[in-house]
Amino acid sequence: MQKSRIDPEIFITWLIKITGYSAIVFVFLIFYFLLSEGIPAIREVSFSEFFQQRWYPIEDYFGLLPLLVGSVIVTVGALIIAVPLGLLTAIYIAEVASPRTKEILKPLVELLGGFPSVVLGFLGLLILSQYLREIFALPTGLSALTGALILAGIALPAIVSISEDALDTVPRSYRDASLALGATEWQTIWWVTLPAAKSGVLTAIMLGIGRAIGETMVVLMVTGNAPMMPQGLATFINPTRTMTATIAAEMGEVANGSTHYHVLFFIGIVLFIIALIVNVSASTFVFRRKKRSDRILS
Amino acid sequence: MPTNIRILFFILLLVITACSSQPGSEDPSSESSEYLNNVGSDTMVNLALAWAEQFQASNPQSNLSISGGGSGTGIASLINGTTDIANASRKIKSEEIDNAQANGIEPNEFVVARDAIAVIVNPNNPIDILSLEQLSDIYSGKINNWQELGGDDRPIVRLSRETNSGTHVYFLEEVLRLGDKENKTLFSTDTLLLPSSEVIGTEIRHNPNAIGYDGLGYVTDDMKVIAVSATSTDPSAYIYPSPESVNDGSYPIARDLFMYTAGPPAGFVQQYMEWIFSPEAQNTVTELGFVPIISQ
Repeated sequence: MQKSRIDPEIFITWLIKITGYSAIVFVFLIFYFLLSEGIPAIREVSFSEFFQQRWYPIEDYFGLLPLLVGSVIVTVGALIIAVPLGLLTAIYIAEVASPRTKEILKPLVELLGGFPSVVLGFLGLLILSQYLREIFALPTGLSALTGALILAGIALPAIVSISEDALDTVPRSYRDASLALGATEWQTIWWVTLPAAKSGVLTAIMLGIGRAIGETMVVLMVTGNAPMMPQGLATFINPTRTMTATIAAEMGEVANGSTHYHVLFFIGIVLFIIALIVNVSASTFVFRRKKRSDRILS
Repeated sequence: MPTNIRILFFILLLVITACSSQPGSEDPSSESSEYLNNVGSDTMVNLALAWAEQFQASNPQSNLSISGGGSGTGIASLINGTTDIANASRKIKSEEIDNAQANGIEPNEFVVARDAIAVIVNPNNPIDILSLEQLSDIYSGKINNWQELGGDDRPIVRLSRETNSGTHVYFLEEVLRLGDKENKTLFSTDTLLLPSSEVIGTEIRHNPNAIGYDGLGYVTDDMKVIAVSATSTDPSAYIYPSPESVNDGSYPIARDLFMYTAGPPAGFVQQYMEWIFSPEAQNTVTELGFVPIISQ
């Protein structure tokens, strides 16, 4: 009896250890693969060519600027829509709504997150882009705006769900203390509860950015994929081409080992670096905030 | 700590195996002489599938595997030796021939059918005819409003297939550059590069500003086909795409559809290629909206 109790213990410890380490191994393997396939691009294409304003790989135009701008525009557009909407929804669900409303709303928001993105892309292509074209009198509805709206829909559930969890974990006593000091309910939410949940809310926004910048299928379907340089405010309503859509659309047919192939992997490295910068800056921000609030509390 | 070293060793092992097992890990050559692999052009994939089904119906012991992926994919597979026949909606490039020869493969070309590229607009667009020169000016960004062509005051939205499509390359060379090898005109940067014929169709049906192009087989009744002329002066020279106008050479944007084999076909591949030129197989070409090769 006693022996059989010890054996699974060791087995489970090892299993958990291996799964833990495997995550690190996979990240390194992916990074290694990206580097080994993407670095040759720097030797084959001169650095100044990457800063051209034209992406047309079949004639050896490898300007990455329009793609970079496209990814940034669509992601920033999605965040401008999703962050305020998501935060306010989370505040409503966590702080204002009655328990019954909350029980209905939260699963519904999470259901939205369960939609396959290709379904949303299809809706965007067939319905949203046509309405947007008519309402705003655009030349075409396949634009950065449509992409940003659909991506906002994709990022929203992550932002709402995680910020709501963060707001939920703020101790009751904080709110009671604030209300007892004479603060109104809104003042309590804005000046006490939200700052206390800041790190969780920031994580939520970061995850939202991650989903938006990494999304491929939707942007491929609804943004029109025209690699254009920015033209002032019109950039938001023009068609645009993102880095992810470029990789997805072109990787299938590119000749293995060609310059174009290496440049596509180089775009992958650029995406990886952007994700890294976003994550690192977010975690340093969260870290600094925590230290300060810790100091105040102690 | 010894466990740490062991884990490091494990990581190293994984990295090494990942590096070494990359190229040519799969062996496509099935020993059955009745097996055939056919990869390539998305334009031709429906045709290739229809042919394979028809052929298998009369030769039940045969086994044909058909897949798309694009002309470039097909030719790359031929070069790598992973397919018996490559379908292509464009001619093989000279560098692809060089790559193939470096691998000991001599690509053998067959023209198996022809395809007209139809220029399509929204049914509400009053424009009926365009010359190749006007099409070139539209797609290169010199003409930006339908009014300049005698239509409504609407911006022109240019639709195209992705750059990896054989149709895109053909349109670039024969329409934008008017067949001139020295011409380096490119698509206007605001040309929408759409991932499939379906997306082009959707946008054409809904958007009165749009102009697009696609294989004649993909044109449906709710799009308007434009009559095209190679010269803009003669009004009778504007021709609608059809099997007749492609075969008598009057429709200016028509192209050959190719199949490539590695060297002269032999055995089962030869049997299949001969069958493709039979009246039975060429009938299927017509049914799918392509233009058959006339051998009489």
